[in-house]
Amino acid sequence: MLRIFLLGLLFGITLTMGEVISWFRIYEMFRFESFHMYGVIGSAVMLGAAFHLLARSRGWKAEGGRALDVFRYDGKLWKSYLLGGTVFGMGWAVTGACPGPLFITLGAGYLPVIVAIIGALLGTLLYGIVRRHLPH
Amino acid sequence: MFDLQPWPWYITGPMITLTMAALLLIGKRFGISSNLRTMCAIGGADKLSDYFQFDWKSQRWNLVFVLGTLVGGFVAKGFLLQDAPVDIHPSTAEALQAMGVQDAGSAFAPGALFGAEAWSNPVAMLALLVGGLFVGFGTRWANGCTSGHAISGLSSMQWTSLIAVIGFFIGGLAATHFLLPILLPLL
Repeated sequence: MLRIFLLGLLFGITLTMGEVISWFRIYEMFRFESFHMYGVIGSAVMLGAAFHLLARSRGWKAEGGRALDVFRYDGKLWKSYLLGGTVFGMGWAVTGACPGPLFITLGAGYLPVIVAIIGALLGTLLYGIVRRHLPH
Repeated sequence: MFDLQPWPWYITGPMITLTMAALLLIGKRFGISSNLRTMCAIGGADKLSDYFQFDWKSQRWNLVFVLGTLVGGFVAKGFLLQDAPVDIHPSTAEALQAMGVQDAGSAFAPGALFGAEAWSNPVAMLALLVGGLFVGFGTRWANGCTSGHAISGLSSMQWTSLIAVIGFFIGGLAATHFLLPILLPLL
């Protein structure tokens, strides 16, 4: 658990030092006026792809010899990915924060972001209640 | 590395990959929005929907990760990142200033939304609350956010994550170009 905490610490420091938690950077990204956010996400994805390819070809395992716990998304649920993604994107542009930065921004001392965190919890609750009526 | 202020993309991006890879090698996965579901479950939401009836105790490690990120934000903003304004593109700053966001180009985050003055501004409170609600609802509907889809999903080459990321941009572009021009002048 200490290692997990330290990895979280590193991630929080990274997104703050890289200005990813700044509302201004997200706004700028959606105006396509800077390479910064595309460089951040693009290089993370490229290097991540190299990691996954290496892990697959070399048979890397997680601790204890288990297989890596890679996300497996169900392609049949593509409607929920597109529609849910669109709803999230609107919230991302307005608050300037995706779920990670919501909490990092709070740690950085911008206390009004608590209201957005409460909103995110309410949104999650609402999804849990109405999800049977939504396309998936 | 901390002499670089702020971190350029070619340090920030690889550090994100490092986080994901380390979590995978420990036997965990890099997805933050699932914590919202866990938090609701702990708060008793399992009585409202079976969506929250799962073994949340197996997800405690992810809450520890989030706690770490929060402390990381505190440490970085308080001690590492010198008080430098975010150097956004001049035309971005100009567009924001024209909509009344006066501190664009001279602050880390807009004071109207994240400064102490936001508490007494009902428009700011509503924007944060409803914006946050969209973040929570959307990421759970899409089964992932930027970490789970854009980073973890795209890097493991899953086309469904690409669909989610396309959705992120449809929504983000729509809000940035149609909603914010109405909202920001009201702040």
